[in-house]
Amino acid sequence: MKGRLAVAAAVAALLLPLLPLLVWSVAGSWRYPDVVPDRLTRRGLDLVLDGEVVGATITSLLIATSVALLACAVGLSAGRAIGLHRFRGRRLVQFLLLAPVIVPGLAVTLGIQVFFVRYGLSDTALGVVLVQLMPTVPYAATLLGAAYANLDVDYERQSRSLGAGPLRTFVSVTLPLLRPALVTTALLTFLISWSEYILTLLIGGGQVTTLPLLLFAAIGSSDRTAAAALGLLVVVPPVLIVLAVARRLRGREDAWVGLVRG
Amino acid sequence: MQLVGLGARFGDVAAVDALDLTLEPGSFTALLGPSGCGKSTTLSMVAGLLAPTSGDVLLDGDSLIGVPAERRPVSLVFQKPLLFPHLTVEQNVAYGLRVRRSQRPPRAVAAAQVAEMLDRVRLGGLGSRRVGELSGGQEQRVSLARALVLRPRVLLLDEPFSQLDADLRAEMRRLVRELHDETDLTTLFVTHDQEEAVEMADQVALMLDGRLAGRGAPEEFYTAPPSLAAARFFGATNEVRGDVVDGCFRTADGAVVVPTGHGGAHGADGAAVLVVRPEAVGLDGALPAAVTATRFAGSDVLVDTTLPDGQALRVRVPLGTRVAVGDVLRVRLDPARCSVFEAPS
Repeated sequence: MKGRLAVAAAVAALLLPLLPLLVWSVAGSWRYPDVVPDRLTRRGLDLVLDGEVVGATITSLLIATSVALLACAVGLSAGRAIGLHRFRGRRLVQFLLLAPVIVPGLAVTLGIQVFFVRYGLSDTALGVVLVQLMPTVPYAATLLGAAYANLDVDYERQSRSLGAGPLRTFVSVTLPLLRPALVTTALLTFLISWSEYILTLLIGGGQVTTLPLLLFAAIGSSDRTAAAALGLLVVVPPVLIVLAVARRLRGREDAWVGLVRG
Repeated sequence: MQLVGLGARFGDVAAVDALDLTLEPGSFTALLGPSGCGKSTTLSMVAGLLAPTSGDVLLDGDSLIGVPAERRPVSLVFQKPLLFPHLTVEQNVAYGLRVRRSQRPPRAVAAAQVAEMLDRVRLGGLGSRRVGELSGGQEQRVSLARALVLRPRVLLLDEPFSQLDADLRAEMRRLVRELHDETDLTTLFVTHDQEEAVEMADQVALMLDGRLAGRGAPEEFYTAPPSLAAARFFGATNEVRGDVVDGCFRTADGAVVVPTGHGGAHGADGAAVLVVRPEAVGLDGALPAAVTATRFAGSDVLVDTTLPDGQALRVRVPLGTRVAVGDVLRVRLDPARCSVFEAPS
C-alpha cells in the first residue's frame, strides 16, 4: 500500500508540471488574473494533426530509432574493447570517447559541417543521424563498457565449447546477458536524439524537420498555444516509452539493476 | 587422444611446457596439480579456446590445431556451472544441439535426448525450471548434461566440483564416474585434489610448474612415486637424506642401508633422498627408532620417531599397538616399498 502511494506520488510529481502545458495547448486566450482560460480553442489539436507536424513526428521517430540502434552497435564494439581488454592507451581511448560530451557540440559541429557539405551529407536525414552519434556514442560506449566489464567471458567460452560459432555466441549468449544495459542504452540514446535541436538545425539545414525544430520555431514566434501543443507532443512519447519499458522489465531484478547501474 | 609436446607461453613464462599425454579410448584420466601449474591452460588448449604456442593435439591421429573450439568433438565443463540465465534448464541442455552446424537433430529428437540426459543426471522433471531456481549441485549437473548430450569424443572437466560442499562433491564424483562407465567416454579431468584424482581416475597425470611430473595408475603414486616432487605432492611421506654408493642408499652414520633399484628409479651415486610412506615402514626390523610423539589417526596411530642420526621418521602402526613416548621401535625399510631420488640441489 505504502509502495503504491509512493509510486502514485512519483507519477504525480512527474506529470503535474505538464498540466499548465495541457491547459495552454487548448487556451485561446489566457490572461492574468484568470485561473482558467476564458476561451478554448481547437487550434492546438488541429496543429498537432497537421501534415507538417505528423511528418516531423515520423522523421523524429525514425531518426531517434536509427541513432539509438547505431549508437548501440558502436557502443557494443567500443564497450567490449574498453570493458574486456587491458591495452596500452586504454585510458586515452576512454577519454576520447567521452570527449564529444565534454567539448561543446556546437563548436565541433561547425567544423564538421564543412566535411558533411563536401560529402553531400548536409541537408539529409542520414547526415543528421550521423552527427547525432556524436552526443550519443559516448554514453553508449560508457554504459556498455561498464556492462562488459561485469560480463563473465567464460559464458562465451562455454558457448564456443558447446559448438556455437563466434557470431552465434554473440547473438545467443552475449546479447541476452547484456540485455538490461542494452535497453538502458537504447532508451537513453533515443531520448538524446529525440530532443536534439542544434545539431539537427546545423546539419539538416532546415531541410530535415524534426519536432524540436518546430517547437523552437513556435516558441520563437511567441505562439503559446502552438508551443504548448508541440511541447506536449515532444514530451509525451518518451514518457510513454519509458513507462512501457519499465513495465516490461518489472519483476526482473537484473533489469532494474541494469537501469540503475547501467 | 594425444597431446604431443604441447606448450603455452605467455611472454617469457611457460605456463605449459612440452606436455606429452596419451588418453586411451574410454579412459578416465585425472590431470592433477596445484593451482597455477598449467592444468586449466592445458584443458583450454585441448578444447580449442587457447592456441598452443608449440606442440599438437591429436585425435585419432589427426591434428586439432586450427580447428576452432565449436568444431572440436570435445565438450568442456567449467568450474562454474555457467548456465545461461535467460534460458530454462531444458533450453540450456539443448543449447549445443540447437546451435550445431551439422547433424542438427529434429526438434522432437533433441527434446527426447535432453529429457533422457536430464534423467541420467537425476534432474528429470526439472526441465522447465528457470536456472535461478536451482541449487549449486543441480546447476553443475545441468552443466554436465549440457556437455554430455552432445556425445563428445572427449569430455573435459575443469574442477567441476570444487565449488560444492563435501557431501555434494562425493555424490557428484560417483555420478560422473557412473556416467563415464555407462558410456565409456574418454574423460580428462582437471583437479588439484589428489584424493579426488585417485578415487575417480584410471590414470593420473601429475603436473607441476607446467611440466608433467609423472603419470601412472593412481596407486603407483603411493607405492612408487615417479619423482620426489610427485611424492611430496601426495604428501604424508618421509624423506631420509643420505648418499647412494655402489647401488646402495645409506645415511651418513650407516644406520640405514637400503639397496636401490627396486622401487626407486635413481641408482646413480651421489647425494640422495629416500622416500617412504609411514604405512610402508615395517615394524619387524632392526633399525632403532625412538618415539617422540604419537597421534591417534582414526583407524591407526601415527608415531613420530627419530633415527639414530637424528632424522625424523613417521610410522603408522595399527590401533592397539602399545607405543609410548620414549619407547624404541625396531623398524624395517623394505627396499621394494622405498623410493630413492637424487637429492634436490
